[in-house]
Amino acid sequence: MRGITCARWVAVAAAVVLGATGCGGGGNGGGGGGGAVLTASWGDPQNPLEPANTNEVQGGKVLDMIFRGLKKYNPKTAAAENMLAQSIDSDDSQNFTIKVKSGWTFSNGEKITAASFVDAWNYGASLKNNQKNAYFFGYIDGYDKVHPDSGAQTAETLSGLKVVDDLTFTVRLNQKFSGFPDTLGYAAFAPLPRSFFTDHAAWLKKPVGNGPYTIESYTRGAQMYLKKWDGYPGADKARNGGVTLTVYTDNNTAYTDLLAGNLDLVDDIPAAQLKNVKSDLGNRYINTPAGIIQTIAFPFYDKAWNQPGSEKVRTGLSKAINRKQITETIFLGTRTPATDWTSPVLGTAGGYKAGLCGTACDYDPAQAKKLIEEGGGIPGGQVKITYNADTGSHKEWVDAVCNSINNALDNDKACVGNPVGTFADFRNQIGQEKLTGPFRAGWQMDYPLIQDFLQPLYYTGASSNDGKWSNKEFDTLVNRANAEGDPAKANALFQQAEGVLRDNMAAIPLWYQNGSAGYSQRLSDVELNPFSVPVYNEIKVSG
Amino acid sequence: MGRYIVRRLLQMIPVFIGATLLIFLMVNVMGDPVAGLCGDRACDPATAAQLKREFGLDMPVWQQYVTYMGNLFTGDFGTAFNGEPVIDLMASAFPVTIRLTVVAILFEIVVGITLGVLTGTRRGKPVDTVVLVLTLIVISVPVFVTGLVLQLLFGVEWHWVEPSVSAEANFGELILPGLVLASVSLAYVTRLTRTSIAENRRSDYVRTAVAKGLPRRRVVTRHLLRNSLIPVVTFIGTDIGALMGGAIVTERIFNIHGVGYQLYQGIVRQNTQTVVGFVTVLVLVFLVANLIVDLLYAVLDPRIRYA
Amino acid sequence: MPEQPYEPDRVIAGTGAGGAMDLAAGEAETLEKTPGGPLGTGPQGKPRSLWSDAWRDLRRNPVFIVSALVILFLVFISLWPSAIASGSPLACDLAKSQDGAGPGAPFGYDGQGCNVYTRTVYGARTSVTVGVLATLGVSILGSVLGGLAGFFGGLGDSLLSRLTDIFFAIPVVLGGLVLLSVVTSNTVWPVIGFMVLLGWPQISRIARGSVITARQNDYVQAARALGASNSRMLLRHIAPNAVAPVIVVATIALGTYIALEATLSYLGVGLKPPSVSWGIDISAASPYIRNAPHALLWPSGALAVTVLAFIMLGDAVRDALDPKLR
Repeated sequence: MRGITCARWVAVAAAVVLGATGCGGGGNGGGGGGGAVLTASWGDPQNPLEPANTNEVQGGKVLDMIFRGLKKYNPKTAAAENMLAQSIDSDDSQNFTIKVKSGWTFSNGEKITAASFVDAWNYGASLKNNQKNAYFFGYIDGYDKVHPDSGAQTAETLSGLKVVDDLTFTVRLNQKFSGFPDTLGYAAFAPLPRSFFTDHAAWLKKPVGNGPYTIESYTRGAQMYLKKWDGYPGADKARNGGVTLTVYTDNNTAYTDLLAGNLDLVDDIPAAQLKNVKSDLGNRYINTPAGIIQTIAFPFYDKAWNQPGSEKVRTGLSKAINRKQITETIFLGTRTPATDWTSPVLGTAGGYKAGLCGTACDYDPAQAKKLIEEGGGIPGGQVKITYNADTGSHKEWVDAVCNSINNALDNDKACVGNPVGTFADFRNQIGQEKLTGPFRAGWQMDYPLIQDFLQPLYYTGASSNDGKWSNKEFDTLVNRANAEGDPAKANALFQQAEGVLRDNMAAIPLWYQNGSAGYSQRLSDVELNPFSVPVYNEIKVSG
Repeated sequence: MGRYIVRRLLQMIPVFIGATLLIFLMVNVMGDPVAGLCGDRACDPATAAQLKREFGLDMPVWQQYVTYMGNLFTGDFGTAFNGEPVIDLMASAFPVTIRLTVVAILFEIVVGITLGVLTGTRRGKPVDTVVLVLTLIVISVPVFVTGLVLQLLFGVEWHWVEPSVSAEANFGELILPGLVLASVSLAYVTRLTRTSIAENRRSDYVRTAVAKGLPRRRVVTRHLLRNSLIPVVTFIGTDIGALMGGAIVTERIFNIHGVGYQLYQGIVRQNTQTVVGFVTVLVLVFLVANLIVDLLYAVLDPRIRYA
Repeated sequence: MPEQPYEPDRVIAGTGAGGAMDLAAGEAETLEKTPGGPLGTGPQGKPRSLWSDAWRDLRRNPVFIVSALVILFLVFISLWPSAIASGSPLACDLAKSQDGAGPGAPFGYDGQGCNVYTRTVYGARTSVTVGVLATLGVSILGSVLGGLAGFFGGLGDSLLSRLTDIFFAIPVVLGGLVLLSVVTSNTVWPVIGFMVLLGWPQISRIARGSVITARQNDYVQAARALGASNSRMLLRHIAPNAVAPVIVVATIALGTYIALEATLSYLGVGLKPPSVSWGIDISAASPYIRNAPHALLWPSGALAVTVLAFIMLGDAVRDALDPKLR
C-alpha cells in the first residue's frame, strides 16, 4: 500500500518531494525533524483562493495553512490571541490603533507592513473585485462608498483605514463594536503580498502567503501539495514536512481510502460510517466540539408563519423533536442537543449559556401537540422541511426530525422532508422567498464571538437573516451589547437577546455539531480547531 | 464514399447546434447560478449584480447562446465560476475519462464478445443458461449498487485493489471502475453477440464452410464472427459517447476526477459554463463516433456501399 | 445503397436512457429485417397470424410464464399493498434503527427505524407506476411521431431524424440531473415526464424503421393501388405489422425505467418523500452497506427481480415474434 501512496506523490510533486517524504527507498527522515508528508482529504474550493473570497471550509483549510493574520484563534480554547499584532488599542470601541510586529515576511521574502493589511482590506471591500466576504469590512468607515448596495462605487479605498507608519495603522468604524479586534483572526483580514496585486493571475495559480506552509504545486480540482516553510518566523512552525490535500467528491470514498491505507487524515467522518468508526480506527478517531450549530429557520415573510400564536406552533415543533435520540442514533454522539442559539466552544466566559432555551427545547410530545393546537395548528396542515440533497448528510436528520414530529403528533404526514437537488437552487429558493415552510439552517462561526451567532442571523435585515425575522427588542439589545466595552456586560446583553429568540422561537435550535476526524497509524497529535479544521501544523508524521 | 462523408458532416451541423441549444436552455432552467456562490448566506446584492454582469448573465438567454457559440468558434469555452478556464478543466478531465472509457470498451470487447461466442455456439447448454442469467442480473441491478458492493468487497474487505482512484488515474487503478462502468454494456454485448451468432450459424455460408470440412475454430473466427460482429461493433461504437457522459455515477463512487465529476460539480454548483462546455464536447464525440461506426459498417459488410 | 430503410440508422444506441434500451433496440433489429412478419398459413389451411403463432409459443415458454407471474404479483401488490403488509410505510421509530428482523418486520428496520418489509411492498406501487406510465408515454409519443415520419417521409421525416439525433446526443443521467434538480413537486409526474421527454426518440426510430419496411410490402402496395386512404393504410395494414418491434423494445425499456428511477434517486433528483419507492430506499441505505446491509438488500432485490421480470418477458416476446428463431 505504502508504495502506491508514495508513487502518487512522486508524480505530483516531482523530485523535491521525494527526499522529503522518504519514498525514495530507505531515505527516511531526509527533511530533518518531522520531515514526512501526510495526505489529507479535501474538497474542491468553490471560489478562487483569495482570502476575502473564500467562505467555505475547504478553501478555508488552505488559507489556514498559508496565512497568519493579526490574531489567531487558539486551537483549543478558541480565544483570539495576538499573532502578527503587537497591540490593538481603542478608547471608545470605535477608533482602533493597530501595531504590527516587526520581523514577519511573506514566504517570498517580502516584508509585512501596515500597508500589507490596508491594501488587502481595501481590495477585499471594493465592489469591483467581487469578493464574497466583502461584508466583513462593512463595519469599517467608508464601506458604503466602496461597496454601495446599488450603483457604482464612489471611492477606491476605505476612508476608515489610515497607514500611520511602516508598522502602524488606524481603523475607524462606522459604529461602536467592542468585539472588533477579536474578529481579526478571520481569514478575510489576512495580509497580502505585492505580487497579489501586480500579477494576480500568477498568484491565483500558486498563492503566496505568510503561514507555516507554502504551496508547492496545485492541480485545480484534484490535488494540492503544501510544503513546510522552513523560514517561517512564527512559533507555530509545521511539525511535519508537508501536507498533500486530495480532493474527494464523496466523504465515504475518502473514509474507504483511509481504511485502505491510501490516506492519512479524513476530517468530517460521514454519518454512515460512525457506527463502525470505533472498530475501524480505535483511538485514531477524534470527535471534538466545533463552533457549528444546526437550526431550523422559518419563513417569517410568509403570513402563515408570522401571526399571533405562531410562536406556539414553532415552540410546539421544537418540543416535538427528540434531539437526544436523534443525536445518539443518527449521529452517534457527534452532535450534542442544543440548549441555546450559540455554541459551547465559546465557553461560559464567551457568552455560551447552557440551558438558556429552557423547556422550549425539551422533548415533550404531549405538550408539543397541545401547543400546536393552541397556536392554530400547522399552517397548511403539513410542515415541509426544505434542505439541499447534494451536500452533507441532511436527509438522514431531516427524515428523523420529521418522524419524531409525526410520532409526537400521531400523524404520518404532519412533517415531510423536502429535498432540493442542489445547494445553489436551495439558496436560490431562500433568496427569492419561495419557501413556504421551514428550512434547514446551519451556522458555522466566522470568529468565536457570541455576536457572530446572533447578529448576522437574527438582526433585522442582516446578511444571513434568511427567514426575515425582525424584532425591535432583539435589535436594541444587540446594539447595546455591541457598544458595551466590558465583555461580561456585553455577553449578558447578548444572552438577554437570546431570551427574545427563545420566547418567539425565531429558529429551532437542534444541536451543536462536533468536528470529527480519523487518521492513519503514521500520524500523531491530530486535533481539530473550533472551526472543525485539522490543526495541520501540529501533526507529527512517523516514517 | 467521399460524398457520403460530406453529407454526413453537413447533417451534423444542425444536430450539433440543436443539442447545444437544448442543453443551454436546460441549464438555464436551473435558475440563478450566483445564488449558491456565497455559502450559507445570501450574496450581497451589489456583488451579485456585479458577478452577473461579468458572466453575461444579465443578457437574455438567446443572446447568451449566440455569444457563447461565437466564443466557441474561437476556441473559448468560457470561465468557470471559480475563475478557471473551462478548457483547462477539460484538459485535466478528458484524458482521465478517455482512459476509463478505453478500459470499459476493452472489457466489452474481450469479455463480452468471448462470452457471446461461447453462449451463441452453445445455445441451450448449461453454460449458455448460466451466462444468460448472469447478464440479466447485471442488467437489473443499478450501477451504483454494483459499484458500491464491488468497491466494498475488492477494495475494503479483501484489499485486492485500491478502493478509489488517485489523481493520476493510471490504467491499473481504473480496472475496477472500468468494469463497473462497462458492466451493463458488457451484458448487452454478450447478449447481442449471442443472438447474432446464433442467427448466422444457420446461414448458408456457415453450413457450406462446415460441409467443406473446415476446422470448427476457423469457421467460428473467419466466417461466423466477422459477420456476427456488425451489430456488436455498432453498439460498442455508439456506446462510447454514452460511457463518457454516463460515468457520472461511476466516477462519483471511485473518486475519479474525469468528465462525469466535472459535470456533476458543474450542475451542483450551477456552473453553466462548465456543463455546456463539457456537453458540447460530448455531443461532438457522439456524432463522430456514430460516423465512424457507419463507415466501419461498410468495412465489415462488403454488401454495403455508401455513395 | 438504396435510400432506406437500412441506411445508417440501424442501431439505436447512443446516450439513450442507459444502455438497456440500446440493447433492446439492437436486438430488435432482427425484427425490422424481417419484412412485416410473414402471414404464414398452417398445414390445415387455417389462417394463422404472427400473433397467434407467438401466443402459442409463449404459452409453452417457461420463461414467459415465470416472468408473467412475477409481473402479475407485482401488479397485485401495487394495487393492494395492505393485503400482504400491515402498518404504514411512513411509520418509523428511530429507536429501532437498523434493527434486524423481528415480529411483523421479516426484513428488519432501516436507518430511520422504518419497517423494510412494509416499505418494500409499498415501494412496488411507485416503481411499477413509474415504469408503466413512462413506457406508455414513450411508446405512444414515439410510435405516433416515428410512424408518421416513416409513412409520409419527406421534410418532416428529415426533421424528426435530426431531432432524435439531438436527443440521443444528450446523456440521460445528465439531463435528469439538470432538469429534475429544480423540480419541487413530490409526485411521480416530473420523473415520468422527464423519462418520456428523453425516451421517445428511441421508440420513434424503431417505429419509423418498421413502418418503412412494412410500407414496402406487396399487400400495402396493393391496398394503395386499390385507392385506400392514408389513414386506412396506416391503421389497417401497416400498424399491425409494424408494432411488434415497438412492443419488444418497450417491454425491455420498462425495466430500465424502473432502474433509472433508482439511479436518479441515488443522485438526489428522483422521487421525493413522502413517496415510498425502492429508489429512495436503496439510495438512503447505500451508505450504510456495512452496518445494515439488509436495508439495502431487500429493496435492491425487489428492484432487480422486477427489472428482470420485464426484461425476460420482453426476451420471450421477441423470441416468439421472431420467425427466424422458430
